[in-house]
Amino acid sequence: MKYNVIIFPGSNCDYDSYYAVKKIMQADVEYVWHKDTELKNPDCVILPGGFSYGDYLRAGGIAKFSPIMQEVVKFANKCGLVIGICNGFQMLTEASLLPGTLLQNKSLLFVCKHQYVKVINNNTSFTSSLKKGDVLDIPIAHNEGNYFIDEIGLQKLKDNKQIVFQYCDKNGNVNENANPNGSLENIAGIINKKGNVLGMMPHPERDSEPALNLADGQEIFKSIENYIIHKLKI
Amino acid sequence: MSSLITKEIVSEHGLSQEEYDRILQILGREPTITELGIFSVMWSEHASYKNSILQLKTLPRTGKALLTKTGEENAGVVDIGEGLAVAFKIESHNHPSALEPYQGAATGVGGILRDIFTMGARPIASLNSLRFGNLDKNHVKHLLKGVVKGIADYGNCMGVPTVAGEIYFSDSYEGNPLINVMTVGIVKHENLATASAKGPGNFVLYVGSTTGRDGIHGCTFASVELSEESAEKRTSVQVGDPFMEKLLLEATLKVIEKNLVVGIQDMGAAGLTCSSSEMSAKANTGMDIDVALVPQREKGMTSYEIMLSESQERMLLVVKSENFEKVAKVFKKWDLNIVKIGEVTDDKMLRVRENKKVVAEIPAKCLVLGGDAPVYKRETKYPDYLEKTHKFNPDTIPLPLPLPLPLPLPLPFHSNHNKILINLLSCPNIASKNYVYQQYDYMVRINTIIEPGSDAAVCRVKGTNKALAMTTDCNGRYCYLDPYEGAKGAVAEAARNIVCSGGKPLAITNCLNFGNPYKKEVYWTFVEAIRGMGDACKAFDTPVTGGNVSFYNETEKSAVYPTPTIGMLGLLENRKFATTQFFKDAGDLIILLGDNCDEIGGSEYLMLIKNKALGNSPKVDLDYEKRVQKVCYDAIRAGIVKSAHDCSEGGLSVAIAECGFSPENLLGAEINFEMKYRPDFELFGESHSRIIISIEPDNISIIKKLTKKHKVNFIILGSVIKDYLRINDLINVKVDEIFSRWHSSIEKRLINR
Repeated sequence: MKYNVIIFPGSNCDYDSYYAVKKIMQADVEYVWHKDTELKNPDCVILPGGFSYGDYLRAGGIAKFSPIMQEVVKFANKCGLVIGICNGFQMLTEASLLPGTLLQNKSLLFVCKHQYVKVINNNTSFTSSLKKGDVLDIPIAHNEGNYFIDEIGLQKLKDNKQIVFQYCDKNGNVNENANPNGSLENIAGIINKKGNVLGMMPHPERDSEPALNLADGQEIFKSIENYIIHKLKI
Repeated sequence: MSSLITKEIVSEHGLSQEEYDRILQILGREPTITELGIFSVMWSEHASYKNSILQLKTLPRTGKALLTKTGEENAGVVDIGEGLAVAFKIESHNHPSALEPYQGAATGVGGILRDIFTMGARPIASLNSLRFGNLDKNHVKHLLKGVVKGIADYGNCMGVPTVAGEIYFSDSYEGNPLINVMTVGIVKHENLATASAKGPGNFVLYVGSTTGRDGIHGCTFASVELSEESAEKRTSVQVGDPFMEKLLLEATLKVIEKNLVVGIQDMGAAGLTCSSSEMSAKANTGMDIDVALVPQREKGMTSYEIMLSESQERMLLVVKSENFEKVAKVFKKWDLNIVKIGEVTDDKMLRVRENKKVVAEIPAKCLVLGGDAPVYKRETKYPDYLEKTHKFNPDTIPLPLPLPLPLPLPLPFHSNHNKILINLLSCPNIASKNYVYQQYDYMVRINTIIEPGSDAAVCRVKGTNKALAMTTDCNGRYCYLDPYEGAKGAVAEAARNIVCSGGKPLAITNCLNFGNPYKKEVYWTFVEAIRGMGDACKAFDTPVTGGNVSFYNETEKSAVYPTPTIGMLGLLENRKFATTQFFKDAGDLIILLGDNCDEIGGSEYLMLIKNKALGNSPKVDLDYEKRVQKVCYDAIRAGIVKSAHDCSEGGLSVAIAECGFSPENLLGAEINFEMKYRPDFELFGESHSRIIISIEPDNISIIKKLTKKHKVNFIILGSVIKDYLRINDLINVKVDEIFSRWHSSIEKRLINR
């Protein structure tokens, strides 16, 4: 099982992602520089959080022009697993690997806090070790996490079961009070139609260490591992 | 030849006639305009510490664990064992933030981060200590929002978590807010860098952002009082680019780690001038640089402007010539400018050229603190206002009515203890600061064990079992009423916060915010505060590793409260000792370590009913304080403390309420204890040396043993319960109601225009 963590200038969760999969999940992992023109033989690519290229223009907007993103797109098109976390999710929508877009938070303020997230679809390569309806406690930290898509797009997401996570409260209720950023239908994470590209605003890598009493995010990496190692049928 | 440098020019540069005469003497001729500019920034209060250094030298500045000499490097460095050290420092950015809250605060964060990573240390956490005027005023709301956003945008982009801080509101800071920012970094001993330009012939490299006209004279701007005209000095405020700084951080740490750097200093206040002269003076060398080689973002910049620019995200490096290519490769990887602008020389002169022509030539030592920069002993005078504040008679405070409720309605808001408690919890100085800290990414780098909102933040040190506790503390009102006791109390409270969180106090950094030092009454408060801080630091064995002095915090009305902010660092030898202020389980016993309270001076309660800072500041018995802390420290290590919280603003009742305010686990308390003094003083007085802990009832014997051993009083207050907070027959409130008042107060005030 081998991960590649892409480092863009301005990435700042690259190290956390690396640490989580290497030290906690005991997986192989290598960094890949944004100017590189080849991936390093990954089973799964992580696009980490941060402020790639300063988030100038738009959050995640410039990353799609980097040499390595061309490779990530090719990898994704060949059904390689790609997970974009926070800024990585923004890159995936900007690069059209995922539909919709991430607008500025409704409050117009950056928001960092622990957030409950409900598993809507556990039938994916990223969520197979979870149960449908599970409530995870995963931190969020973003300024542009307000997911938006047009009505037709939304219907497609629903029809294809592409909504993977929704923001919720402690008891799993998905409602406006539990929505930290104004996201459409409390959407916190979506997957592409083929099921190999996941984007999510919450940070599983910050939430993967039992030693710090944080472990819910681990399940996502466990699922990826299960899929890769055991090629679980989904 | 007629003189180019007129009296007006000299005075515009903030130099006195006496200082100018000294320049003439040093040079043996009239200075060029560039030289005059260089002298003016280096001899400004901000860079030279000319009016504070004699006092600062009285502070304890040595300790076994210190790896740098106080004030000689960009930040203080403390050994934490296992080959690791911590670099930390606090700095002010008050005047820039008063004019441009967003950029002022943002560049403050940028500056303190650079101070840490120039030491070779990876920043792992930031803190901030903020002071504003009355939050109900629209201008203050504007300042608060801008400052917080500035701090958030810069720190978040850098990927450095902002984990703790404090915010106070008082009319005294109206028009002159205080923005103090602190960063903590970790460095391996062998990677510790120095700000010294050793080795004549070595290359002097300029790296990072281009140089523009922003921030010229920021340093001298920081050294005058704010006035109406200050608004015109907006160009003295720098503009920050955190993205650029993030690149600079990674590249800088890489070249230091590869041992390619002889010396390094960031270009912060006084920019290229300060870094070049200080690095040379420190190594007893000189430097020969050509400003024409400096990457510039504007056309036609003069040598004067380039030397004085305070453009952000720039560094000066000294490297051996044979390492130049290797260093350049790293910076180029990160798409950063890197240019050789000169060489280290052995003639001890700072020589500045513009296209090879010499435009300034000054002995480097003459410019710096510890060299020939002026040093003044200022006069002091006991301030008149203290006569008035000390005359206050606490017996004139109306006695609140006892319960039971309901009361006839038109009674004043402070008529009973319930109402007082609710009002205190929603006053901005005490109310939750979640509106602010939720805008800071306080988790990135996954080290944060105790998050904002408890006594001190705790971050683990990866690769070890250790963790660091950190806090900032200062109650300006106490310092106004008694600068000696106030500053002593600030250190004591910082230490108490560290101990409550499970740490052992190691060292402090200080940010001394005062008015105009030429005013004798202001200077008296400065001297007294230093004396108090020194006494406390000696008692806690927490040396002062460095920091910053910010004078001239005045508006047309008056000076700000004397505000000597303490940034304290503590060590947990094992992160399992990390303890929060929050009650855990109903049924646990609540214990007060320390004594009953009869001090009411300077309290939030008194502010609430009199709207004035009155009375005497609470006093600290340092010996007793240490013993109270020792009981808490030992009890945490005995593994019996489920929560620990210090009593501070709002007193005992507020502290107990706050212990129940864990958002996911709201809890109350059933308290019954014997009062020795007036009930309102017992409940709302702010005496030091008091800690509230909760334990399982079976463990009370251990507390009895420890308090006996350390000769400390303790009071069994009551038990943790669900839903209600009840204290004797005086307070009876529902926890979710007081929580929501406390939690939403600041946000509500900000929205309410």
